[in-house]
Amino acid sequence: MKTNDVIFQTVAKVVFFMIIFFAIHLFFAGHYYPGGGFVGGLLTAGAIVLLLLAFDIKTVQHGFPLDFKWLIGIGLLFSAGTATGSLIFNVPFFTHAYNYFHLPLFGKTSLHTAMLFDLGVYFVVIGVTMTIIQTIGESE
Amino acid sequence: MEILMCIVAGLLFAAAVYLMLSKSLLRIIIGTGLLSHGTHLMLLTMGGLKTGAAPVLGEHAAAYTDPIPQALILTAIVISFGVTAVFLVIAYRAYQELGTDNMEQLRGMETDD
Amino acid sequence: MINLPILPILIPLVAAIVLLFLSKNVQAQRIVSAAAAAFTIIAAFAVMMKVEAEGIQTVDMGSWPAPFGITLVSDMLSIMLVLTASIITFCVILYSFRSIGSGREAFYYYPIVQFLLVGVNGSFTTGDIFNLFVFFEIMLMSSYVLIVIGGTKVQLRESIKYILVNVISSAIFVIAVGYLYSVTGSLNMAHISARISEIGAEPIITVLAILFLIVFGLKGGIFPLYFWLPGSYAAPPAPVLALFGALLTKVGVYAILRTYTLFFYHDQAFTHDILSLLALLTMIAGSIGALAYKDVKQILIYNIIIAVGVLLFGIAVMTEESVAGTIFYLVHDMIIKGGLFLLGGIMIYAAGTSNLTKMGGLIRLYPALGWTFLIAAFALAGIPPLSGFTGKLLIVRAGFEAGEYVGAIIVLLSSLAVLYSVVNLFMAVFWKNPENKLPEEKKQTASLFIPAAILVVLSVLYGVGTEAVYPYVMQAVDALIHPEIYIDAVLKE
Repeated sequence: MKTNDVIFQTVAKVVFFMIIFFAIHLFFAGHYYPGGGFVGGLLTAGAIVLLLLAFDIKTVQHGFPLDFKWLIGIGLLFSAGTATGSLIFNVPFFTHAYNYFHLPLFGKTSLHTAMLFDLGVYFVVIGVTMTIIQTIGESE
Repeated sequence: MEILMCIVAGLLFAAAVYLMLSKSLLRIIIGTGLLSHGTHLMLLTMGGLKTGAAPVLGEHAAAYTDPIPQALILTAIVISFGVTAVFLVIAYRAYQELGTDNMEQLRGMETDD
Repeated sequence: MINLPILPILIPLVAAIVLLFLSKNVQAQRIVSAAAAAFTIIAAFAVMMKVEAEGIQTVDMGSWPAPFGITLVSDMLSIMLVLTASIITFCVILYSFRSIGSGREAFYYYPIVQFLLVGVNGSFTTGDIFNLFVFFEIMLMSSYVLIVIGGTKVQLRESIKYILVNVISSAIFVIAVGYLYSVTGSLNMAHISARISEIGAEPIITVLAILFLIVFGLKGGIFPLYFWLPGSYAAPPAPVLALFGALLTKVGVYAILRTYTLFFYHDQAFTHDILSLLALLTMIAGSIGALAYKDVKQILIYNIIIAVGVLLFGIAVMTEESVAGTIFYLVHDMIIKGGLFLLGGIMIYAAGTSNLTKMGGLIRLYPALGWTFLIAAFALAGIPPLSGFTGKLLIVRAGFEAGEYVGAIIVLLSSLAVLYSVVNLFMAVFWKNPENKLPEEKKQTASLFIPAAILVVLSVLYGVGTEAVYPYVMQAVDALIHPEIYIDAVLKE
């Protein structure tokens, strides 16, 4: 049976971007306040799942032409790479560096290497969640 | 408050044990989920449910809530998320492959290797 | 280089990440994983030399000072076990090239093995009790995948049991850590140890000791908690079984050894008596299983349980000599179990079955395999001068000196059971005339045989070169018997 889900699909397209923006906001908020890579990644994955529900796996794969398993690898590379960077400077593993910079538009901003680590977490979470959902969902 | 939380954790454990002893695979997985919820609640209670200020955020407060249990729970939640996901996928594969989710029928199939 | 102790964890991690990208190219996966394992061995060896020269090495992760951040601690015990684990993984990877099958190779087999090594090496190295839990979970998660990879029916069924048991034990682990934190207010193992000595032998500490015993016992396979082990370990193919048998249960034993020497040594009359009782029951139960089964895998698996019993008994006696014996035996058992399971895999492959009653006469086609297996069997039983002897001698002698006559005698009797079961295995597989005609043509086993032989040769060298190993073991014992050494090294007081 083909259901009429025009409203759902249209709303999903809009809500998708809202969720993504909120996810990005949470990701950056994680710098000093509650939030971070894990929640952000989970929310982003949630947005993609919403698209999966509204459309179907083929359409979504067409929209995101990337292997989510690679995303896990890339994320792990970011996280492990950031931590490994401390080896070069001969400081204990996982030591992070930070400083305050004056950026145009943002003004005084603190930049941490921990952010790169969190970016890795963000990718890993998206990759893992989507891989699981695709694995279970594919055979239907 | 701590005692109340302990009782809640105990109830969660009881429900988890009940579910894990059932025959259906899905109920067992839900049982493991409840078990980890109970564990996390227990862990939170272990750190003491103080009513201090939120840690890290501010610098001027008389008392802070202990942040360590919260950090531990975050880690434990992520891990149990991963384990539950793996468990679900394997259970789903097992259901496809073996044609049943009834633990009773999963017994003793040594020969169909 | 202050980050040296982290290298045996970091190299497999980076290798695993790289391998995730190479899933299509099996040849590249093999090269990378073997090279990574070799580098891990070199790194572990370098750390061991450094520990020997300069004492316990610590790394405060993220530059947070010791009791507050996570600290990795390489003392002699952990680095010896890390080195052994890396060598075994290297041999298993070599063995997997020809035996694991292209289906599994394409499905992330090699990265998962590397992740397993991350978890195992991390569990050995960490100095933080919650971090121990995290590394346990990395190891377990990899083992979930390894046990099910390939997806045969028996694997799927056993993996469900295995995951369920481990989820429950992880939950208990977290609760135990929570209790420990609420009692001592710290997660750093050295700091906890110091705090517990201030508290003394409170009943709550004893409760905690038993909780941790349940958790690690479930992982290590001690008496009432080993019920899941024979079924689950029999499901995956030989190389995975070798990894599990050699590494996973030993991580549980290591954790018991660490916690019972560092935390729970104040009320030995209670905790160590329970430990000793369980050790004896474990040995008896394992012996019964090893003698009763007529299956290559099952006999070897029950031998794991016997070995766990012997090790626990060594921990329970808790004198300097018995702990030395335990460490000797722990390293020996990891090497020889790896070797035996790999050899067992070749035997099953050669005969096409794992049922003893259907096997026989393999000695004509595979003489080298047969004699190597016999040497490994003798080493397992502890016949001098092979590697099991020293450890068992020290444990038994310490047992007699401590007045644990029953225990020491059961250790000796269990050696007889081990000897009988493995020699019986040898006779049935290699010597007796087969009932059915076995395939006459010889299968290619050289590439499988070499890694297994490396482990057996290592075990023989370990036995013959006891004198050379002795100072290292004594250094490890020193830090275990005198927790102050460990505490001072970590907290740098």
